[in-house]
Amino acid sequence: MSAIGTTTPDTQASPPIKEVVHTQITPSRGWVSLQLNELWKYRELLYFLTWRDVKVRYKQTVLGAAWAIIQPFFTMIVFSLFFGQLAGIEADGGVPYPVATYTALVPWTFFANGLSQSSNSLVSSANLLKKIYFPRLVIPVSSVISGLVDFVLAFIVLMIMMLVYGIVPTINILFLPFFLLLAFTTALGVGLWLSAMNVQFRDVRYTIPFLTQFWLFATPIAYPSSLLDEPWRTIYGINPMAGVVEGFRWALLGTDTSPGPMIFVSLATAITLLVSGAFYFRRMEKTFADVV
Amino acid sequence: MSDLAIRVEGLGKKYHIGSAQKSYSTLRDTLSTAFVAPFVRAGRLLRGQATGAAGLTEVIWALDDVSFEVRHGEVVGIIGHNGAGKSTLLKVLSRITEPTRGKVDLYGRVGSLLEVGTGFHPELTGRENIFLNGAILGMSRVEIERKFDEIVAFAEVEKFIDTPVKHYSSGMGLRLGFAVAAHLEPEILVVDEVLAVGDAAFQRKCLGKMGEVAQEGRTVLFVSHNMAAIENLCSRTILLKQGKFINDGPTNEIINEYLSDNKPLAYGNLATAPRPKSSYRPVLQSFNILDEQGEPTATIRSNDPVTFEIKYKSDELTSNLIFAILVHTVTKTPLVFFQTLTHHGPVERWPSEGVLRLKIPALPLGAGTYRLSVECATSRRPKDLVDVVENCAELTVVAQDFFGTGYLPKTGPHGYFLVNGEWEIPAASNGHMAGAPTEQTTKSVVEKPDIAPTAQETSQATAAASSEPTESTPTEGA
Ligand SMILES: Nc1ncnc2c1ncn2[C@@H]1O[C@H](COP(=O)(O)OP(=O)(O)OP(=O)(O)O)[C@@H](O)[C@H]1O
Ligand SMILES: [Mg+2]
Repeated sequence: MSAIGTTTPDTQASPPIKEVVHTQITPSRGWVSLQLNELWKYRELLYFLTWRDVKVRYKQTVLGAAWAIIQPFFTMIVFSLFFGQLAGIEADGGVPYPVATYTALVPWTFFANGLSQSSNSLVSSANLLKKIYFPRLVIPVSSVISGLVDFVLAFIVLMIMMLVYGIVPTINILFLPFFLLLAFTTALGVGLWLSAMNVQFRDVRYTIPFLTQFWLFATPIAYPSSLLDEPWRTIYGINPMAGVVEGFRWALLGTDTSPGPMIFVSLATAITLLVSGAFYFRRMEKTFADVV
Repeated sequence: MSDLAIRVEGLGKKYHIGSAQKSYSTLRDTLSTAFVAPFVRAGRLLRGQATGAAGLTEVIWALDDVSFEVRHGEVVGIIGHNGAGKSTLLKVLSRITEPTRGKVDLYGRVGSLLEVGTGFHPELTGRENIFLNGAILGMSRVEIERKFDEIVAFAEVEKFIDTPVKHYSSGMGLRLGFAVAAHLEPEILVVDEVLAVGDAAFQRKCLGKMGEVAQEGRTVLFVSHNMAAIENLCSRTILLKQGKFINDGPTNEIINEYLSDNKPLAYGNLATAPRPKSSYRPVLQSFNILDEQGEPTATIRSNDPVTFEIKYKSDELTSNLIFAILVHTVTKTPLVFFQTLTHHGPVERWPSEGVLRLKIPALPLGAGTYRLSVECATSRRPKDLVDVVENCAELTVVAQDFFGTGYLPKTGPHGYFLVNGEWEIPAASNGHMAGAPTEQTTKSVVEKPDIAPTAQETSQATAAASSEPTESTPTEGA
């Protein structure tokens, strides 16, 4: 956005000898830097916006926190009935189908909600954008972060389920935060693209349910990715959520289908999405307040 | 310049606005446009050009080549009609939107108050909203904690602090919003029309707070349509018109320039003049200011005789009418009210039309521009007003050596009225003549401790208007 330089004042400055922050505002052209240091300076705002999202969500609904569990849990039941029982799909490594599916649905729900929340975040914060200055990245980032609370709740249920089925997590569980971060990166990357576009054209909002629906079936949730043979399995990793889901199963349930090269493909895609999304977002940022 | 706070150079801001006049000549055109346009737009979107929204082809310059400078500690008003670009200017300064052209240098942290209570969430309690809003405005959590009690006290919402804001009255919400913003401590504060909200007491409180902020030596840019507020707070004012910088100077002059621009004054004939309410009946027919010779005029010297003349006509109302003339400043501060009831006593029977004259033997107003409004009523209650014409005439009063000392009195910061009074001055031993401002006389004023500081404060507050005695101007007939 604007070129910002901090300079010290002339030596014969006004009596209270204080450092004067000098800001210069000029029109920007083309691609601009990400200014992550600005984002860091506004971390308290990030915290408060996240806190607001979480607080409001749990205050406003009757079932409150229960929603975080209902959504993946019932999807799991439906999938178990139709895919597990009727279609007879089996999970890898002899893991009971419901557990394998729920393990995938926990990160998936975090991803899908993060994606749709962040895509709509700028439009729903229109009033803030028009009245206050702050790095606009704060808004989609906080909306993805606030999904973490739901994730934790759903994850606790997962732990209980594993206990019930008598499944002991392997040492690989240490890699779990990495897979969560991968899901986060993907959700934010897509969210940045879509939120910036959504400001200009509200059609984007209508494509989001369609997109997540499609993506759900393009991700190995109802079925294991081991249905595919090797070169294809790695290529499947282009969908970063495939890597996340298989990673979760591997880390928690100890399925022997360790994600291997697939994960690296997923990682590369996710990072590409995030970086390109962030630059696109920054480029469009200057118009947000005028158009939204 | 080391004491510079804001430098704006050639600032321009372009907006795209829709134009609906585009007409399609044939169905084929229409269809092809409908199918091609989305792809063109999508292409623009991906290339990061954001002017792509549907058919926003018309361009307006909300700011056009605006340049000015503001020094640290200055309180500057910004005025102009709706759409003049005031809010846009503040948005550019607070980095909410980017300029299209030009450059702004800011020396100091900028805090902006473009709206009261931005980001308030109705589901959260007052306490939670204070923290949220504070963070949005750029305060740190520690800072908010430190000022929390002060904020709550200022907003006067102690009892409701743990109630969700959705249960607040709208005034309470505004109070709370303003209270948070008022405790910001940036070096440069930009404030948009935010004080126009809330009840009268709250507005007074806000203005008071703004005055305090100004007094603390912070730089303030203040946008308002309330000329009295601008006059009170700002020593200097900038006038914008349709995005262009028009003038910049002492507040009084700029306000006069602005107001003379929208002068819907109904000189003479009032029958067709606009009324502030549609329910008023056009009873008042004309209004004139007459000089000593009985000639209509718009200029009078202080202390000269003047006559105000009202012609009225009413077929239905002929009993218990009350007429009144209000003399006020251009910013609507009332100065004198002349009412038939109070000046003359009740009159029961009135002819269906006639002329009233109010003769003032010596006009006690100082030099300046004044306006008059007339009204007619059937009782003193506001609901019984029959007709009102605001700003029906403008009267320019020219200075004259009123007190016969050879020094012309000043108006505005020194008040509007000229009232004779006798100063008793202690005689100095060497027999100096009283009247000349020598050191002795200045000192002797200190004997009256009530007066000295007040006089000093006045002259400080009105640095623009020098407090030195004006050179005597030989006025004709003085
Ligand atoms: N986001 C926007 N998109 C298009 N045009 C805009 C936008 N914001 C402002 N404008 C236009 O810019 C011009 C200046 O608007 P601005 O809000 O600065 O006026 P203002 O002086 O604050 O007026 P007011 O006294 O009504 O508050 C107006 O003509 C307005 O239509
Ligand atoms: Mg405005």
